[in-house]
Amino acid sequence: MLILLLINNVIVQYKNLQTMGKKIFLSLPVTVAALFLLAVMFSGCASNKKKATGENFGLDSTEISEDLLDDIGKAKQIFYSLPSPLETAMLIKNAGATYNEELLNPISNASKYTTNKTRALNLGIYTTDLSFASLFDQTQTSIDYMNAAKQMANGLGILDAIDNNTIERLEENINNRDVIMDIISETFMNSSSSLTETARPALASIVLVGGWVEGLYIATSLVGDAPIKDNKLVGRIVDQKLSFDIVLKLLDDNKDNPDVAELIKEIKDLQVTFDKIIITTSKISAVPDEESNVTILKSESKVTITQEIFRELTEKVNVLRQNFIS
Amino acid sequence: MKRIFQFAAIAILGIIPIGVNAQCKGFAKKVCKVELAPYIHDGNYHAAILTVGEEAELYKTFYSATDYRIAVCGTGDLADIEFRIIDADRNVLYTNKSKNYSRIWDFRLEASQQLKITIIVPPGSGLPEDIQQGCVAIMFGFKEK
Repeated sequence: MLILLLINNVIVQYKNLQTMGKKIFLSLPVTVAALFLLAVMFSGCASNKKKATGENFGLDSTEISEDLLDDIGKAKQIFYSLPSPLETAMLIKNAGATYNEELLNPISNASKYTTNKTRALNLGIYTTDLSFASLFDQTQTSIDYMNAAKQMANGLGILDAIDNNTIERLEENINNRDVIMDIISETFMNSSSSLTETARPALASIVLVGGWVEGLYIATSLVGDAPIKDNKLVGRIVDQKLSFDIVLKLLDDNKDNPDVAELIKEIKDLQVTFDKIIITTSKISAVPDEESNVTILKSESKVTITQEIFRELTEKVNVLRQNFIS
Repeated sequence: MKRIFQFAAIAILGIIPIGVNAQCKGFAKKVCKVELAPYIHDGNYHAAILTVGEEAELYKTFYSATDYRIAVCGTGDLADIEFRIIDADRNVLYTNKSKNYSRIWDFRLEASQQLKITIIVPPGSGLPEDIQQGCVAIMFGFKEK
């Protein structure tokens, strides 16, 4: 459909030029190249444009009917959304975590990252670290990590994502939590949109995965060897089984990129451990609260995980993250 | 000279989509993000150029005990955008069609879930051919506790 639209657009433009008396003669290879270029550039508008096939959606116990597959098949675009660095940091903090600066990727490492893959991964990592520090009111650390994220963004050629003005705004509002969070969310949006605008959705997906793994690393490290029973932070880590499914689909859509293909191999090892965690959820009922205008999605979930499985997950995340920051 | 024209034509054709994408980002930032207030924008960016009659889908995990707001906005040329929130059992938990195509919806989950958001650009009645497509942005906000 998209290609047809593009071809149609080009034909319309061509006809318009002809009617204006400004004929442009494009040889076939050039025309094909132009169409290809157009298709590539348009693909930058979203995380992907692949039509869905028979994919598993939701918990592993859930089956999807043919009707649902028919519905999915109509979609022109499919987005896979991971928790952003800011959301990840907020989830960790709300679970009762404490701040530990030693867990962050040292900013002195920034100069080591010289490839697109390591820069993209560590743009995500530094943005999560920045979000974590900001939510715990670590003002100077927040500025330092914004600078480290800027260094990664500059290396990726997205100079406008985080500029000097961003750093100045951060410094001027360092005691204003709302403004700081707005600056962080805006810089993250700028980074991912700049990468997609320049037809590099694969790198945008790597940024997201880097940030997601960093959140998982901080959370699992903060739990350490503590008992997992009734541990809120463990609950949040277990929830990442649901997001891991999305991580794989997001990367799979960009697997033609060699860096993404390599990342899929690296991250696949987590699947074995996530598969050992069982989550079952009851039917959801939506209950609107007319007074607050907030709808409560009521349901219950049951999680089965052992201390051993949690330790295994912690170790694998540790190894993965160490590879990312090395 | 002919080659210069050919090269220029390709370059121009390549620049057009960048402009469209930039407009889409500007629209998301200036129009859709505002709808999230007082919720904090999570920083993720999802926007696409959709044509009337087309659909888009978004998959996301939402976490328990967190207050979320979703904002779905289409550029002025498009008719009202319909969005539906669907669970893993394919139940429609919410549709803005019954809420006069409201751009926002606030919700909280008792248990973390992966949900699907379906965006539908309904066919407009008598829209001119050249404005039958536009930018649609999907954004999320949350509340800090």
